[in-house]
Amino acid sequence: MGYRLGVDVGGTFTDLLLFNQDSGAFWRHKTPSTPHDSSEGILNGVTAICAEAGVAANDIEYLLHGTTVATNAVLEGKGARVGLVTTEGYRHVMQIARSYVPGGLAAWIIWPKPQPLAALEDTVTVKGRMDADGNEYRPFDEKSARAALTTLKTQGVEAITVSLINAYVNGDHETKIGKLAAEILPGVPVSLSHEILPEMQEYERTLTTVANAAVRPVVSNYLSNLRGKLADKGFAGRLSLLRSDGGLMTSNRAEEHPVNILMSGPAGGVTGALWVGKNAGIKNILTLDVGGTSTDVALIENLEPRRVRTTEVGHLSVRASSLDVKTVGAGGGSIAYVPELTRALRVGPQSAGAVPGPVAYGKGGTQPTVTDANVVLGYLPENLLGGSFKLDRAGATKAVQTVADALGIDLMAAARGIIDIVNENMFGALRMISVQQGYDPRHFALMGFGGAGPLHVNAVARLMGSWPAISPVSPGVLCALGDATTRMRTETARSYSKLAAQTQAAELGTILAEMEAQLRIELVAEGVSDSDIEMEFEIDVRYSGQAFEVPLTITMGALQQDGVEGLLARFDAEHLRLFTFNMDTPHEIVNLRAVALGKALDLPAAQLPKGDGSPAAAKMRDHKLWMDGKEQAAVIYDRSKLRQGDIIAGPAIVVEMDSTTLIESGCVGSVDAVGNILINLAEGAVS
Amino acid sequence: MTAQIIQTNNTPFKKIAIDPVTLDIIENALRNARIEMDATLVRTAMSPGIREQGDAFPLIADHSGKMIVGQFGSFIGGFLEQFDGTLEDGDMIFLSDPYSCEGAVSHNNDWLVLLPIFKDGRLIAYSAMFGHQSDIGGKVVGSMPIDAKSVFEEGVRIPPVKIWKKGEYNDDLMKLVMHQTRKPDWCQADLNALIASCRVAARRVVEMADRFGDDVYISATQELLARNHRAMKALIAMAIGEDKVMFEDYICDDGVGYGPYKIKCTMWREGEKVILDFAGTDPQSAASINFFLNENMFKMFFGIYMIMVFDPQILFNDGFYDLIDVRIPKGSLLKPKFPAALSGRTHALGRIFDILGGLLGQKTPEFLNAAGFSSSPHLFYSGYDKKGDWFQLFQIGFGGIPGRPMGDGPDGHSLWPGFTNVPNEFLERYFPLMIERYETAPDSGGAGVHRGGNGIHMTYRFLAAGTISIHDDRWFVPPWGVNGGEPGERARKILEKADGTQTIVGNKVEDVRVEVGDQLHFITWGGGGWGDPLERDPALVGKEIVQGLVTVKGALAYGVVASENGAVDEAATAKLRADIKSSRGALPLFNYGPAIEELRQNCEAETGLKAPIQPVWHFAEAAE
Repeated sequence: MGYRLGVDVGGTFTDLLLFNQDSGAFWRHKTPSTPHDSSEGILNGVTAICAEAGVAANDIEYLLHGTTVATNAVLEGKGARVGLVTTEGYRHVMQIARSYVPGGLAAWIIWPKPQPLAALEDTVTVKGRMDADGNEYRPFDEKSARAALTTLKTQGVEAITVSLINAYVNGDHETKIGKLAAEILPGVPVSLSHEILPEMQEYERTLTTVANAAVRPVVSNYLSNLRGKLADKGFAGRLSLLRSDGGLMTSNRAEEHPVNILMSGPAGGVTGALWVGKNAGIKNILTLDVGGTSTDVALIENLEPRRVRTTEVGHLSVRASSLDVKTVGAGGGSIAYVPELTRALRVGPQSAGAVPGPVAYGKGGTQPTVTDANVVLGYLPENLLGGSFKLDRAGATKAVQTVADALGIDLMAAARGIIDIVNENMFGALRMISVQQGYDPRHFALMGFGGAGPLHVNAVARLMGSWPAISPVSPGVLCALGDATTRMRTETARSYSKLAAQTQAAELGTILAEMEAQLRIELVAEGVSDSDIEMEFEIDVRYSGQAFEVPLTITMGALQQDGVEGLLARFDAEHLRLFTFNMDTPHEIVNLRAVALGKALDLPAAQLPKGDGSPAAAKMRDHKLWMDGKEQAAVIYDRSKLRQGDIIAGPAIVVEMDSTTLIESGCVGSVDAVGNILINLAEGAVS
Repeated sequence: MTAQIIQTNNTPFKKIAIDPVTLDIIENALRNARIEMDATLVRTAMSPGIREQGDAFPLIADHSGKMIVGQFGSFIGGFLEQFDGTLEDGDMIFLSDPYSCEGAVSHNNDWLVLLPIFKDGRLIAYSAMFGHQSDIGGKVVGSMPIDAKSVFEEGVRIPPVKIWKKGEYNDDLMKLVMHQTRKPDWCQADLNALIASCRVAARRVVEMADRFGDDVYISATQELLARNHRAMKALIAMAIGEDKVMFEDYICDDGVGYGPYKIKCTMWREGEKVILDFAGTDPQSAASINFFLNENMFKMFFGIYMIMVFDPQILFNDGFYDLIDVRIPKGSLLKPKFPAALSGRTHALGRIFDILGGLLGQKTPEFLNAAGFSSSPHLFYSGYDKKGDWFQLFQIGFGGIPGRPMGDGPDGHSLWPGFTNVPNEFLERYFPLMIERYETAPDSGGAGVHRGGNGIHMTYRFLAAGTISIHDDRWFVPPWGVNGGEPGERARKILEKADGTQTIVGNKVEDVRVEVGDQLHFITWGGGGWGDPLERDPALVGKEIVQGLVTVKGALAYGVVASENGAVDEAATAKLRADIKSSRGALPLFNYGPAIEELRQNCEAETGLKAPIQPVWHFAEAAE
């Protein structure tokens, strides 16, 4: 019997989800994270969940892991000291970056400029030059390369990055420097930009290569430490990591290409939502992952999440594919305040974080937060099921009252105002990934998860017109579920940059086939059987002269059959959909991309016992909450006692170990066969 | 003349009391709509100027034309007063002539689209956006002739016309306009992008009015304006005194041999109102450096600077306009008389911001920033490539950000919002050139406890014969330092032939021939320094020597004696600092560098260029 164990390490909690691959039965566990060494928390969790499920560590075939180790190394500047070798004349490439100052007019006055990821004193240049066609314009100068590398050796860098101008068309000089580096700085890992990212744009390629080099030692230490501890426990299965794009990669490969796991954390929620959607029969989903300080949103269309070509980490935008997850500074800990000059009500982005946290948590917080407003309104009942602490309702009331006084409105109106504004901020982020990308949110369901997602999902669904609002099974550990249920993935891309009129379909086919062969070798090396590999191809097209391309998925068959013309017709249709117009300008084929996927898992979800439609057996108690401008009677239910087919009339609250679902008045929740609560407008209610 | 607005439903909007929460939600939604406008634009525009560099500006206004979100303020009120025609559902206005819209756009290159937004027969809002077109015809590539004597030499002039009339597209008009430009493909794509952005905003506004109700939406926009009015009133009372504060700065030259041109502004408060008076500004130029400054636009700049300097929390809109009185003398550099040439207005536009900074911080030096707004340095390069195809490049450069209260000015960054550089690999792929050097110019940032940002030293190697034009400033009058900080270095341009001979090129030149293999060193100005340079940590100065940002010689300005490897000689440093301290006088609030006459005398020796001649005005005096 095989088990898969999903492990998601968050800032506060480490979530685990153990999944029986045959029966679909699962166990979940939450344990405090151990930021000084997250493997400790993981081990604690593994011990606990194995005991709970009565399985031994060596029954676990796969341990699948979403981690923020790489993310934090970048955000906290704890990566390795990277030496950067670049082309003569380009020493300040990281210092100048794209010259961009975020914010509006005069924002430069208050913009704190971040330090480059490779320090300028550790950046050296080498003579020799390729032109834009890959021809050697000036020969490689070995003497200057030796001198440069020797300087870096003296400075004591821990990793080397080589990124030369136009290396994306010809990496020969980079390769030569790589060889010299191995000789002059033996044992120091070397990353070459044309290998990490063979794409145009020197700053982005350099940054990506540097980011990769900077997090490599951190990720490598972390993984070898984790592997050792797991082995001591008796774990003998395969350790894989969740990539930013929602696929898995073996831990060995992640050590070499950690740039692909920079957004491993948020990707887990999206892959979890995919699995839930598959089992609930819902194909179009907007995800709403509400944490303590921020909310992540993403879009899934036809069970395929939207991906983007960049990974945003802090102020850095790295060229590695990731799920298109947008983050807003709106979460349970977001602080509500009223600035003196405008007397407006603002919520976030400042957050009370985990410490001191919301006032209601009684850990020393004094400023009113979203969680406090939820407590005041009665949406978060005082005695949380299984919760080890009691909420301080009086404290929360006092804090929210300060907002009410500053605005000159009553307590409940202020509390609801805080909730409305934070919901609006989430709504804004969701619009960015839906309406703005040409998707109609009314064709999507909205799934809320993370600690506080199910509290807000109903209200945000109303704003979006996205029904049903879904509170998935185990919303508090959905990321771990996502880690456990996704599949292997790898991809590669190449710059092409030719007018479509000068392009033959056969030529594109040849390049795609080369890329396919390369990816197959990679996945086979990662333990996937060649016959299980599924390939996907994408071609980026734009009107020549535009800066943004539209990626079009394509099969080898379609490319042969419909040729380049077929591709262009699809581009025109997509451009019209996105931007409402077409042009007579020639088309340009910009990039080619290939994706290889491991076997799709057919993991069943466990069914709940059938009920009679009434949730009465799960009722815990009657309750009062504030909604629609008045106090209303509501009922609190215990989620673990709900059965399939139960219908819950709002207003109601459903509680479980680590999350609370709010069903608003005028709405009805129904429990599906596998335990998801699908909330819809009650008949006759208006959105 | 005033525009006649035709509504099929003339029911007045009802004023409804808005709770603060709804208000914030509507404000937030409007802000998101503006972000959507930007996103739509950059994804569909084609000219590198808009698409890579972001030279375009959106706004959403209320039903009376006051800006609710945006950053350049609303011109719509003034436009409506001047526009002799009707405005109804399905109309869209298109214009580029600064003289027909009171300077809402300030040269013909900026194409503006204005969409009145109707809902159920009533006008409920406007959206508008303008963007810089890379070429609109005229006598030079790029359409910004430095020596133009009138606006008629500066490409196609579009008075306010209807590109869409009651839902019908004016195809003939657009054929006529596109026939004037060297790059109709870019212009058409960029115009489509502007239109698509305005339509996105219109959809959002209508959705919002649907969601909240028309009366609630309109009332909310009025309350947002009122809220801003209250906040700015308090800020003005707090930060602006009744005593007059004056500041002046210069445009170096006009590109035809004369300069510098003075811009002078005096600021004081009378009751709750601030007066900003440009009396004393030089008369208009006979060449193209005139800047038709729209008063409302300047009010917005003022508001934004107030907010950024004193309280970045506030969101700005047009609500505070009646608290500010802007006085610009007719016939001056900032309000030239028709048909004065306007295409080179970028220098004065930039300089306005240095003046604002100098005015606002004078009484509160802790909020003062140094100078650094040159302009946006432009390079044009055009010709025929190896295959015989026409190419033309228009590129905007960046200099150093000034030293700031919060720290050093970033090196080689943009003072303009949203602008980015064009990747050099992109340039090399699509144009016949190589970028041999793209580094910051060491020591160009003014010394200070907070160093001014360095300018950029960019070296173009041309791979096809062609012509280049350059528009830059701050080559003669340095960017000043503050609170004891030194001025930044001035801009320079050097043409280097294949045999190594170098010629200094002017900073405003047209139609310079270049040959295959020639190199152009395009060096921009550095930001002014902030605070006493002797207080800068010597170890940091040493580190910046290693980083190539400061030289061993440059370190002396900080009183730091160090070697090439950054090692600081502590004894020598202590001595040098003591010597400088004892010999220098009290540190000035502003350090402008040498006086204008001294700059003139040393000009040729220091810059390699002839000093500009003091302009003489024969026919016009500025002040009315």
